[in-house]
Amino acid sequence: MKFTDTILQTATRVLVMIILTYSIYILFAGHHNPGGGFIGGLVTSSALVLLAMAYDVRTVRQIIPFDFKRIGAFGVLVAVLTGTSALFFGEPFLFQVFAEVDLPLFGPRELATAVLFDLGVYFAVIGTTITIILSISEDQ
Amino acid sequence: MSLLHYVILTPFIFALTVPFLRTYLRNIHTGWFVIFVPLVLFIYFASHLTLDIGSTPIQHTIPWIEKLDIHFTVYMDGLGLLFSLIITGIGTLVVLYSIYYMSKERESLHTFYIYLLMFMGAMLGVVLSDNLMVLYVFWELTSVSSFLLIAYWFQRQNPRYGAQKSMLITVTGGFFMLLGFLFLYTMTGTFSIREIIDSAGQISTHPLFIPTILLILLGAFTKSAQFPFHIWLPDAMEAPTPISAYLHSATMVKAGVYLVARLTPLFGGTMEWFWIITVVGIITLFWGSFMAIRQPDLKALLAFSTVSQLGLIMSLLGIGSLALHPDQSMNAMLFAGASLAAIFHLFNHSMFKGCLFMVIGILDHETGTRDVRRLGGLMSIMPISFTLSIIGGFSMAGLPPFSGFLSKEMFFTGVLTAYRTLESWVILLPLAAWIASIFTFVYSMILIFETFTGPLHLERLDKKPQEPPYGMLLPPTILASIVVIVFFFPNLLSYTILEPALRSVLPPAMLGLENGFEVNITAWHGWNTELFMTLGVILFGILLYKSLRHWKGIYEWISPKLSLNHLYDRLLEGGENGAYRITNLHMTGFLRDYLAYIFATVIIIAGGSLVWQNLLTLDTSQNAPISIYEYVLSSLLVITALFVVISNSRLFSIIAVGAVGYMISLFFVIFRAPDLALTQLVVETITTSLFLLCFYFLPKLRKEVERVRLRIGNLLIALGVGGTLTAIGLAAQGHRLFEPISYYFEESYTLAGAMNMVNAILVDFRAFDTMLEIVVLFIAGAGVYTLIKLRQSGRDAK
Repeated sequence: MKFTDTILQTATRVLVMIILTYSIYILFAGHHNPGGGFIGGLVTSSALVLLAMAYDVRTVRQIIPFDFKRIGAFGVLVAVLTGTSALFFGEPFLFQVFAEVDLPLFGPRELATAVLFDLGVYFAVIGTTITIILSISEDQ
Repeated sequence: MSLLHYVILTPFIFALTVPFLRTYLRNIHTGWFVIFVPLVLFIYFASHLTLDIGSTPIQHTIPWIEKLDIHFTVYMDGLGLLFSLIITGIGTLVVLYSIYYMSKERESLHTFYIYLLMFMGAMLGVVLSDNLMVLYVFWELTSVSSFLLIAYWFQRQNPRYGAQKSMLITVTGGFFMLLGFLFLYTMTGTFSIREIIDSAGQISTHPLFIPTILLILLGAFTKSAQFPFHIWLPDAMEAPTPISAYLHSATMVKAGVYLVARLTPLFGGTMEWFWIITVVGIITLFWGSFMAIRQPDLKALLAFSTVSQLGLIMSLLGIGSLALHPDQSMNAMLFAGASLAAIFHLFNHSMFKGCLFMVIGILDHETGTRDVRRLGGLMSIMPISFTLSIIGGFSMAGLPPFSGFLSKEMFFTGVLTAYRTLESWVILLPLAAWIASIFTFVYSMILIFETFTGPLHLERLDKKPQEPPYGMLLPPTILASIVVIVFFFPNLLSYTILEPALRSVLPPAMLGLENGFEVNITAWHGWNTELFMTLGVILFGILLYKSLRHWKGIYEWISPKLSLNHLYDRLLEGGENGAYRITNLHMTGFLRDYLAYIFATVIIIAGGSLVWQNLLTLDTSQNAPISIYEYVLSSLLVITALFVVISNSRLFSIIAVGAVGYMISLFFVIFRAPDLALTQLVVETITTSLFLLCFYFLPKLRKEVERVRLRIGNLLIALGVGGTLTAIGLAAQGHRLFEPISYYFEESYTLAGAMNMVNAILVDFRAFDTMLEIVVLFIAGAGVYTLIKLRQSGRDAK
């Protein structure tokens, strides 16, 4: 699937930047505003899909030389491990805590272990969707 | 964890180290390491012989699944100790023997010893578990390890066939046994054998009592190769000979006997238990010994001999169980003698049959054949093996001065006792036992004399025969010496092994005894019926053996079409064909057919239950007013959906599907669910692009004009699914089956510190769901990846 569309390609360069930034915002905003790991992951994936469509799969592979299967596995692992860590504190599996912390630059903020779990979800979603899309589009 | 728990788990744990031993210490035969496991365990069990285990059994419990009353409870009494000694004792000898039998260079020893250790642990688990569920797990584990060991030489077809057969028969029996165990649980409310036996009196009138007996016996009979389930044992002889000696004569096939002995205090005393076990046992004894004579393969001969001896032990247990019958209390001690004979013969059989198997293995190893027609005259070349086979064979035939004589005499006493107390046609029992003993004598003679005497045909043998290394002769020699020693000093066993084991089969308290049994076994009883029966066996046995050529033709009368093996093969074939046909009937390979099945199921189950529970009501009283946006969006949605169907181009259809999705996300916006709207938007974007990617590989959509006729079935299904889902949506409005849990989520800020309720649900309240969902998602991704990549690499390989 190789076609060259200059307008699309030029637009993509700018758009991907914006979408990726937005996806990270969405990921961390999820605790209080619409968003979260699942949506964030999907938005990131959609940026990569856009790249793949405007250029081609090989370009995507060159720009982001990660093994997406590993990213997916890493995400699942993070989610499971954050859940397991609760067991060391004598709490049930997947027990989440949160606290107000006064951070140096950001001022008083709420930190929650749920965000770590959400990070796992984020990576699992990216890894899986991109793996599926790349495998299908690389199939001869 | 008590020591006894560790004892059961030791073989499993040690099995983990075997691959490393095999890899890093390849020059030393792995068996030299493995042998320490059964040896140490044997010493451990032997140290219990001096303790009075019969009156003070050992019991330890580890709670496991308390809600289901499943605990890892170990319980060692006399019966468990006897079996444990046989398992570890013969296990030690078998491992020693296998060191010389299994080639270090050619065989994959690590798998052999892993399976062997797995079996050893499982078998110890069977005989030392008090909890029926744990016992069942170990029971099936012995079947699995037996399957793996029979199929050890899986490159050949016969071992695979034999392994499958043994697995199918024993595991089927096991399933029925499990059902029996569940019935027992229903009746008594516990899985503990101890507690079940304590409530023996209360359950004998329960309607499930007889079915329970039948189901449990089915498990015991299949495992112990009783007629008509014995057909798997001869085919199991494809296993390496150490395995045949260990699993298929000394230990695993006795698991059924163990179960019957173990449950005798529970079921014994009922006539059904007595009749089923005794009759099946006698038929097995008779048929096994009769069929053994025709086998040209020495291992097959021993297999049928094992079948028949197991039948003998089984029938003795059946007769012995009458000691618990309320009407037979004055004859209780006579019947107890039969139970004692069963235990004694079980011990003797393990000794002489183990010895014989090892001798046959030596013959096979040194001459390259086990065919009795090719062997002969080996007496002068292999004198030690000859002596060993005489000891084992004569013991099996029930001749003095070998231990088999003692238990054979006690067996005759047992069947005669049954006849004398019950009379009438029970005369068939001693008669059948006597004839079977003659056959036993005949095949024992075939085994000894056809192989070791007569003319020697070196040209028929694959190798030049010679005595094997001493390490290979040592294990059968040890067994043979036990056979001789037990004859002269049988009372060495009386109070160490036999009496404690008898206490487990027939608890003295149930017989009204205070101090247990007096066991005194003597070789000489005077000129009684039993002795004359033995003399008759020898006389007729010699006659039949000498005239074997003349009457062997009767085996030709048995048509192979009528045999049980033929029935098994036909059943298997029929099952496979039937399954194939049923699968072909519905697995058409067309996606639309599968969709039709799925949708039809939805209509029937979901729609059916709606109608059945009378939930088809429309309650509009609480509905919010429908705004203009919603009207517009809904009609647009319908039009777009129609467009998907009518479109002549796949591309348009895909984009239209995407458009439907976007419109739904607009609905979410109207209903003020930003999270859902966001998710729906992104999901729709990505799936549409995925669709487009796949579309690239699809053939052009062909609209065959003549086929656009109305398909009534499809129309009905389509309307049905749409109708059902709409009805569910509407019915959900008016019916509340459970108390809502949404108030929980409303507290999301105080409970989870999150102002976004949806996210709090995802990552905190229902985090477990989310975790499993991403696992499923990842597995699906890995599935897509492997499907595509594997197909590609397969194509590249071509």
